[in-house]
Amino acid sequence: MYAFNYHRPASLADAAKLLGSATDGKFLAGGQTLLPTLKQRLASPSDLVDLNGIAELNGITVSGGSVTIGATTRHAAVAASAEVKKAIPALAALAGGIGDPQVRNMGTIGGSLANNDPAADYPGAVLGLGATIHTSKRKIAADDFFTGMFETALEEGEIITKVEFPIPKRAGYVKFPNPASRYVMVGAFVAETANGVRVAINGAGPCAFRHKEMEAALAKSFSADALKGIKTDPGSMNNDIHASSEYRAHLVGVIAKRAVQAALG
Amino acid sequence: MTISVTMTVNGQSVTRDVEPRTLLVQFLRENLGMTGTHVGCDTSQCGACVVHVNGTSVKSCTILAAQAQGAKVTTVEGLAQDGKLHPMQEAFRENHALQCGFCTPGMIMSAIDLVQRNPNPSEETVRHELEGNLCRCTGYHNIVKAVMAGAQAMRG
Ligand SMILES: Cc1cc2nc3c(=O)[nH]c(=O)nc-3n(C[C@H](O)[C@H](O)[C@H](O)COP(=O)(O)OP(=O)(O)OC[C@H]3O[C@@H](n4cnc5c(N)ncnc54)[C@H](O)[C@@H]3O)c2cc1C
Ligand code: FES
Ligand code: FES
Repeated sequence: MYAFNYHRPASLADAAKLLGSATDGKFLAGGQTLLPTLKQRLASPSDLVDLNGIAELNGITVSGGSVTIGATTRHAAVAASAEVKKAIPALAALAGGIGDPQVRNMGTIGGSLANNDPAADYPGAVLGLGATIHTSKRKIAADDFFTGMFETALEEGEIITKVEFPIPKRAGYVKFPNPASRYVMVGAFVAETANGVRVAINGAGPCAFRHKEMEAALAKSFSADALKGIKTDPGSMNNDIHASSEYRAHLVGVIAKRAVQAALG
Repeated sequence: MTISVTMTVNGQSVTRDVEPRTLLVQFLRENLGMTGTHVGCDTSQCGACVVHVNGTSVKSCTILAAQAQGAKVTTVEGLAQDGKLHPMQEAFRENHALQCGFCTPGMIMSAIDLVQRNPNPSEETVRHELEGNLCRCTGYHNIVKAVMAGAQAMRG
């Protein structure tokens, strides 16, 4: 790790100011992605601005048809929350399946979304439920947030403050984990919402995307059988040492059916 | 540039001036000379470095010492009381849950955290909860046995 300066502001305004005045600053949340990156010397920020001292960024509230999760809320807190388990069980289950207990005790939803790893879990839920991402500057719809591999709509210095998930009629999430890392090889988040059926596929392509053909089929009949015969183009899938693009395209169909079954309970 | 970091380690308040890039595990091993916490992979995979920060288990190779400012940290050295091993340590010894012992401090710290959250875990839960801890020697079988026995002893 290269040397850097460390700051722990207590307010959002101070965090933005500190980052603005740094030569090359980075926010630090759970550190479960950023610290390994720094150790490998893949990044060398001049300053780390730790967001964990900002009280308003932490916590879970359920009210008025939505579940709102603060940016620095740990994966373990979401997984263990009785309120989240009741309102959106698929979301609590997703958080409880990220990495291992120690990663879940540190990793945060804000860090996961800002990072937008193609193999991350949370983007599936955010896109599948049509969540709204609140930042220090604006609100961003899930459909506009994930723009590419490790790319998001966030601007320089923009801080995710919280994520608002509308409570669906029902939802299911299933991932095919990489057996070594537990990162997603292919995941599907399927939800029947007030605005129709949404199907988000994560882990498979450069970033989470909606599977419109599956959404149309499920809108007609919300059953695993409705997805029979729907093909996914391998050309839009990732191809790496863990799985070929053809294999991933096949898994999309299998995992999406299982996610529908999970939603049906 | 150095910063002053203060935390409570195994009940004792400690303060050191360190570089901001100092990891918690470095702080423990190099600044405090407490080498019970091990570094296996240094890449957040193996769990040899697991300690408790404010009661929950974390990989101390993937948190800055500065992030533990003001926190209560417990390491494997802090478990035994008045010369008597913690029930989980005793269970590891009784059940022959270690061979080289390198993974053991992290295993024990993860095991205690999992029992605090699941006082009566099934074998499946134990195996699942130990996903973040790798052992290259034992094949896990005796570790799982020890954690079940340790859980029972902790229930009293
Ligand atoms: C062994 C291991 C296994 C893992 N397995 C999985 C898995 O199965 N599934 C999965 O989804 N993830 C997995 N992860 C990643 C984990 O979920 C990370 O916690 C997460 O991706 C990043 O969150 P963080 O809070 O640790 O962010 P950090 O590492 O602190 O930050 C990541 C990036 O986000 C930026 N950032 C952080 N917070 C904000 C914010 N509020 N606003 C704007 N920018 C911000 C930082 O500047 C940085 O660029 C794993 C990690 C490890 C080490
Ligand atoms: S040394 Fe920390 S996880 Fe391996
Ligand atoms: S006993 Fe040797 S690594 Fe576990």
